[in-house]
Amino acid sequence: MVAIPSRHKSVALLTGVLIAQILLLAVQIKRDSRGRLVRVWAITAVSPVEKSGAWGFGRIRGVWNHYFALQNTARENEALRVENDALKLTISELHSKASEADRLAALLNFKQSHESVPMVGARVIGASPGDGSRAIEIDRGERDGVRRNMAVITPDGAVGKVIETYRDTAQILLLTDRESGAGAMFVLSRKQHPIGGTGEATLAMKYVPGDDTVTVGDKIVTSGMDKIFPADVPVGTVIEVKGGNPFKQIKVQPSAHLDRLEDVIILLKQVPVEFPKDADATGVAAPSAAASSDSGVVNAAPAPASAVKKP
Amino acid sequence: MNDTYELRGGETHIEVHKFFPGSILVATFLALALQTTVPVYFPKFAILDLPLLITIYFGLSRRNPSTGLLLGMTIGLLQDSLSGPTVPLGLYGIAKTVIGYLASSIGARLDTEHPAARFSLIMAFYVVHHIVLLLTHRLLLAQTEPWFTTHLAIAAAINAVLGTLLFVPLDRLRRNS
Repeated sequence: MVAIPSRHKSVALLTGVLIAQILLLAVQIKRDSRGRLVRVWAITAVSPVEKSGAWGFGRIRGVWNHYFALQNTARENEALRVENDALKLTISELHSKASEADRLAALLNFKQSHESVPMVGARVIGASPGDGSRAIEIDRGERDGVRRNMAVITPDGAVGKVIETYRDTAQILLLTDRESGAGAMFVLSRKQHPIGGTGEATLAMKYVPGDDTVTVGDKIVTSGMDKIFPADVPVGTVIEVKGGNPFKQIKVQPSAHLDRLEDVIILLKQVPVEFPKDADATGVAAPSAAASSDSGVVNAAPAPASAVKKP
Repeated sequence: MNDTYELRGGETHIEVHKFFPGSILVATFLALALQTTVPVYFPKFAILDLPLLITIYFGLSRRNPSTGLLLGMTIGLLQDSLSGPTVPLGLYGIAKTVIGYLASSIGARLDTEHPAARFSLIMAFYVVHHIVLLLTHRLLLAQTEPWFTTHLAIAAAINAVLGTLLFVPLDRLRRNS
């Protein structure tokens, strides 16, 4: 039996605990220390659950999609039958185009180009448990060659950077985190400015002079000057421009679907990766090999620079 | 977590609940694990703050301010640990310490078993939690955050509704004394 402390004792305990935590905060800010040991314990305890959760959700989703989500099957069958007839006509046209595409692919020698870009595919197994940060956790860590400050991308564009690594897991700071940032530039003008997170779903292009011309729809890619991302990785599209003095306020929609990440790619070196010309605009997936999360080291599928380099 | 304690002499009209051994530990662990895992597949789930709901529930039920604030501190620091290096240890720790203390203090004075009382308290605690977080951001970390937003009101209401429902299965963890 533990005797309940008096009211004064509990107030004193509250005061002591709060002061201790305030001091803890102050120490971390002063020394730039982030209590790695405690974090390692917490991550080690939770990551097995996250991994099994990732596996379990995958299984449940598969069972649901294949066995239970069949309520409208008869109606859909009828619609599909009609659609099927139309598609048969289209298929014959596509066959000829596909064979043409195969020939072009062989000419561009995609496969050989992949091998020069070391990458690791990873599955997202956890997210930041609060609004304080926008970070995710992946199932690859130091054992897979993942190190801090490596760039993280998807076939759609830039995602963020590795901020902490553990033995089998790592934490990624998304571009949308308010402390996140990257070197970026406008595709058309090639003018370079930092881009950073806002703590919300969009990004902000910073320090763009008020007299520069920026229009909604302008594409933004990485500049490579931050020594983390290689140049020309799609970052996003300008969705709002507000005049300002001395700087404009520019809101950017990220190219990658940062609110719905399930698989990502970690670039083990800052080597240029080529993306499809309109990847950031259309969201069309790029290299199929890179999308695999179960693979270990995977290779991107860049075309020769001349084929896809932006103007 | 300690599951046994005495009733306060002057407040025996308020029932103090005991829980099966380890139930607080398991509930805390599950809340943190779900909070980090589920939003990956259902992003809207992130609006729920399960660690906060667990802090409130055990604070209200155990009605001991000392254990309430210590539980809040532990849950908060674990949440900080799982939030990545950009969140300093203590940010959620301070907020949940305050909530743990307030919940157990209020729980010792009011009957908090009725769903309407629980709904109101969760909403109030959610807002207080937000205010403490904001104060920590502004005063200790020199970061500016908006005080009140529509998102806060919606999140408080959703947490209150789901928290009230969540408390029903949690009541089953109580031990008959």
